[in-house]
Amino acid sequence: MTLTKADITERLFEELGLNKREAKEIVEMFFEEIRAALADGDQIKLSGFGNFNLRDKKSRPGRNPKTGEEIPISARRVVTFHPGQKLKSRVELYAGNKEQ
Amino acid sequence: MTKSDLIEILAQRQNQLSSKDVEFAVKNVIEQMSQALANGERIEIRGFGSFSLHYRPPRVGRNPKTGESVELTGKHVPHFKAGKELRERVNNGLHISIDE
Repeated sequence: MTLTKADITERLFEELGLNKREAKEIVEMFFEEIRAALADGDQIKLSGFGNFNLRDKKSRPGRNPKTGEEIPISARRVVTFHPGQKLKSRVELYAGNKEQ
Repeated sequence: MTKSDLIEILAQRQNQLSSKDVEFAVKNVIEQMSQALANGERIEIRGFGSFSLHYRPPRVGRNPKTGESVELTGKHVPHFKAGKELRERVNNGLHISIDE
């Protein structure tokens, strides 16, 4: 099973009674505002879930794994996600259940 | 940007829902995402990224205070992989801030 925007939208409609257009719009805006803030260089902290941080990576030498040719990897900024304690514990709990 | 900043921005950006409704919606979306991961499901948001669980095998750890060995069971941890649009926008953000 995979959770998608369509599933999230459907549950906002069922559980909160938002109409489908409102629900769709809020889900789109939710992810867009997080993207926009990250693109602006802001960190995101969603308590109970986790933090999205930015890391600046220096350029480094790389290699084309197929040809072995050396190609430089340019300096870049990447997004990292750090789950919060609450989410980590909830996820660990699932693993415990599965093993029993 | 925190969860309450996000709620405020979304409330300003649309005019059909009250701030309270937006707050419930944002909390509901985050809860849906946490629940999905706690159930061992993936989350896939196109243009944003995907969340999945990574397995950490059992290992022998150490109590840092006493130095005693402790058996740690295997567990799952949440993992995020940024989608193409998010990766590109964040990286362009870096180049724009360098140019300025």
